[in-house]
Amino acid sequence: MDTLRDIGGRPHAQGLPCKAFVLLLWAPPSISFADWELNMPVGVTEISESVYSLHMTIFWICVVIALIVFGIMFWSIFHHRKSKGAKPAEFHESTTVEIIWTIIPLLILVGMAVPATATLRQMYDTSEAEVDIQITGYQWKWRYQYLNEEIDFFSNLSTPKEQIQNQAEKTDTYLLEVDNPLVLPVGKKVRFLLTSNDVIHSWWIPDFAVKKDAIPGFINEAWTKIDKPGTYRGQCAELCGKDHGFMPIVVVAMNDNDYSAWVAQQQAAKQAKAASAEKEWTLAELMTKGEQVYNTACAACHQANGMGIPGAFPALKGSVMATQDKAAHINIVLNGKAGTAMAAYGGQFDAVDLAAVITYERNAWGNDTKEMVTPQEIKQARGQ
Amino acid sequence: MNDMTQPELMHGHHGPAQGITRWLYTTNHKDIGTLYLWFSFAMFLIGGCMALVIRSELFQPGLQLVQPEFFNQMTTMHGLIMVFGAVMPAFVGLANWMIPLMVGAPDMALPRMNNLGFWILPFAFAMLLSTLLMEGGGPNFGWTFYAPLSTTYAPPSVTFFIFSVHMMGISSIMGAINVIATILNMRAPGMTMMKMPLFVWTWLITAFLLIAVMPVLAGVITMMLMDIHFGTSFFDAGGGGDPVLFQHLFWFFGHPEVYIMILPAFGIISHIVPTFSRKRLFGYASMVYATASIALLSFVVWAHHMFTVGLPLAGELFFMYSTMLIAVPTGVKVFNWVSTMFRGAISFETPMLFAIGFIVLFTIGGFSGLMLAISPADFQYHDTYFVVAHFHYVLVPGAVFSIIAGAYYWLPKWTGHMYNERLGQWHFWLSMIGVNLTFFPMHFIGLAGMPRRIPDYALQFADFNMIASIGGFMFGFSQLLFLYIVIKCIKGGEKAEAKPWEGAEGLEWQVASPAPYHTFAQPPRID
Ligand code: HEC
Ligand SMILES: [Cu+2]
Repeated sequence: MDTLRDIGGRPHAQGLPCKAFVLLLWAPPSISFADWELNMPVGVTEISESVYSLHMTIFWICVVIALIVFGIMFWSIFHHRKSKGAKPAEFHESTTVEIIWTIIPLLILVGMAVPATATLRQMYDTSEAEVDIQITGYQWKWRYQYLNEEIDFFSNLSTPKEQIQNQAEKTDTYLLEVDNPLVLPVGKKVRFLLTSNDVIHSWWIPDFAVKKDAIPGFINEAWTKIDKPGTYRGQCAELCGKDHGFMPIVVVAMNDNDYSAWVAQQQAAKQAKAASAEKEWTLAELMTKGEQVYNTACAACHQANGMGIPGAFPALKGSVMATQDKAAHINIVLNGKAGTAMAAYGGQFDAVDLAAVITYERNAWGNDTKEMVTPQEIKQARGQ
Repeated sequence: MNDMTQPELMHGHHGPAQGITRWLYTTNHKDIGTLYLWFSFAMFLIGGCMALVIRSELFQPGLQLVQPEFFNQMTTMHGLIMVFGAVMPAFVGLANWMIPLMVGAPDMALPRMNNLGFWILPFAFAMLLSTLLMEGGGPNFGWTFYAPLSTTYAPPSVTFFIFSVHMMGISSIMGAINVIATILNMRAPGMTMMKMPLFVWTWLITAFLLIAVMPVLAGVITMMLMDIHFGTSFFDAGGGGDPVLFQHLFWFFGHPEVYIMILPAFGIISHIVPTFSRKRLFGYASMVYATASIALLSFVVWAHHMFTVGLPLAGELFFMYSTMLIAVPTGVKVFNWVSTMFRGAISFETPMLFAIGFIVLFTIGGFSGLMLAISPADFQYHDTYFVVAHFHYVLVPGAVFSIIAGAYYWLPKWTGHMYNERLGQWHFWLSMIGVNLTFFPMHFIGLAGMPRRIPDYALQFADFNMIASIGGFMFGFSQLLFLYIVIKCIKGGEKAEAKPWEGAEGLEWQVASPAPYHTFAQPPRID
């Protein structure tokens, strides 16, 4: 687990005294210390540090109150027990005492509310951001759009199925790894605009203390300013359907030079991709590409073998649409079907990927139409 | 006391009907109370089995036992069944049994509605459970069923889910009306409001909460139904609606709902602690006021479940402050219980052990609740296992322990026999250890970053999850011991006196044990 920590670069508080206690009770010899993560990360932003200190303050306040209250209680349990011949006292009310133990907690709470209010105001100040990123939740992946740099990509879980199915050994970043991480510059204020394409998701990176719901039809704002380069990992925090547990978030924070280089590289790749739409594709090429797209974008619902999940997601293997009605097939993939989980993919993929995935569905699993859908056809259908 | 039991003796010949019709047609508060309690225990076991499916899948990282679709159905059903099927009916059962005995009334005010209120429940839950067998599976959107996951994206069985929740709501409202009518109209002469036992007080307040918020729940599920079948868009932004509106409505019901599940528990504990401390309850009046203020505050804190939905800053601050405020009256209660024990003459029979367990562990749940109220920190806690730990601490060693404590406390009155004290002590210690093994580690994995409602998790959460699973099985199987103890106590055992507990006070101890089928045909006098 130490390696995970290095990758993540997460400094963690080690302060809790109960850690030693827990270890004494339960640690089997083979388990390393770092497995027993007990506390919230301090994180790598100013906000995450203030949140951490609020958390620890309120925690210690609770500990002190607990010691006093439980202390008196256990003292009574030991000394005022009938078996020791205790005689019950007569008192059963005292207005003074009641007032005191109403006022004191009230004052403690006011003391706590002051710093909490300050931190909250800071969290809500999304002004003067230098980088704007739109984050869109999809069942079950994230889309990142850099509004000024015109970069736009999806981020999918990259943990292989075999690891999840226990057929391969799990690596340190199991379930916390993606194909395309969100890349951010350090030291710059980054504003996130969050929304969703389907159900509510929630974008969360513990090291930034940023958690905000992505709600369909609405845009939420959040911001961060990362202090240290590194890789930071989080997960979707709002139940969003079947693969809610399988849509992690990975952020790679880079210093300015690396970040600019990365932006330039992304833009070059985008141009190369646009050019490829013009070339002549063969059925075999489209099938290979289509299988990739299918497995990242469609298999979660329609399943890798095209059989779907009865009652929830229809089978594409042998379906009328995927074997006969080509126009309808293109239409449903481009525009989705309102009121169902089938989303519109026209805005998510370029013409090549769409052509490839539809071609794949029309030829895989014995659908064998031998028909090809070309990027040009997709462009045409979009034109309508 | 003797002349008080006279009328019962005269009525003794008029016993219960024989066979199944006794239970189907009964309008007797004791029979209906018994039905509620058994029903709730059955639901507790079913919901518990679902919890064990969840804990088995989470025993190790990777998917072993169930697929994510089914896992989501288990978390959803577990929550719904425990809240609406186990905890709420158990309190209604206790209310049925004990409120007439405590206020010196011959029965509940509306006995036939009482019968109907109970008999709706088996049908509601049979329907809910049957959705698991339907095409597309049962509800899989969490017990909080946020739209649009529960509307546009829901399995077809959602319509049955809506119908069954409507039925549960109707049953709860009938129960609440009955409790209010009984308490306000049927108290024995001389029992003024401020002389009412605390279980009666807390239930009176709970019943008002139920009547206030159950219709909101009914409204929100009806809006879902309209969105799904009749083309409205209450919760669909595409048609001009708002998914967050769902959450506001749900939690306007949902937050008072959590107090509905804890106020009667406060009442039970306020009976047991004085009895076994052999000392009057400290601060009776302040207990009543604290309960009332908690109930009132519970209407203005709902959005603390929604700190991350993007509330405006002013809303965020308001709900943070109001939530923190709830700690004050809750603290008063805990201080009162501890002061009751202070300089008492305490003994540790099973009800008292569960009551002490309640005070300590519920308070821990209260502390984590206070932490969750701090809105900036909640951005880290929200929707993680820290929240799961919090609400299980207030509901399991909170509400459930109080129900168990109450059951042990009143079993002698119900059955006429003492339960086996030795086994009771075993039950307590197994439950106590099991519950902490299960839920304490969840604080740690939550803080370390594990989201709730996921079927599989990253490797750094593995060890604590394994401990939680072991604890879960331990707690679950200990409850079978409880079943055994109760059945054994019904079948026989040492004869219980009318007042089996030395320090107990109240009218319920003035009738014989077991309580005759009809009690207080002549109201007792209280001075
Ligand atoms: C979130 C789940 C989900 C994902 C992911 C998904 N689909 Fe679908 N898809 C559905 C559902 C649900 C339907 C059925 C809609 C209806 O009720 O007609 C459907 C229907 C279809 C149909 C029509 C099937 C028929 O025979 O009527 C096609 C074709 C299709 N999807 C292709 C795709 C492709 C291509 C992708 C990936 C780019 C994809 N789907 C991703 C849920 C999904
Ligand atoms: Cu999600």
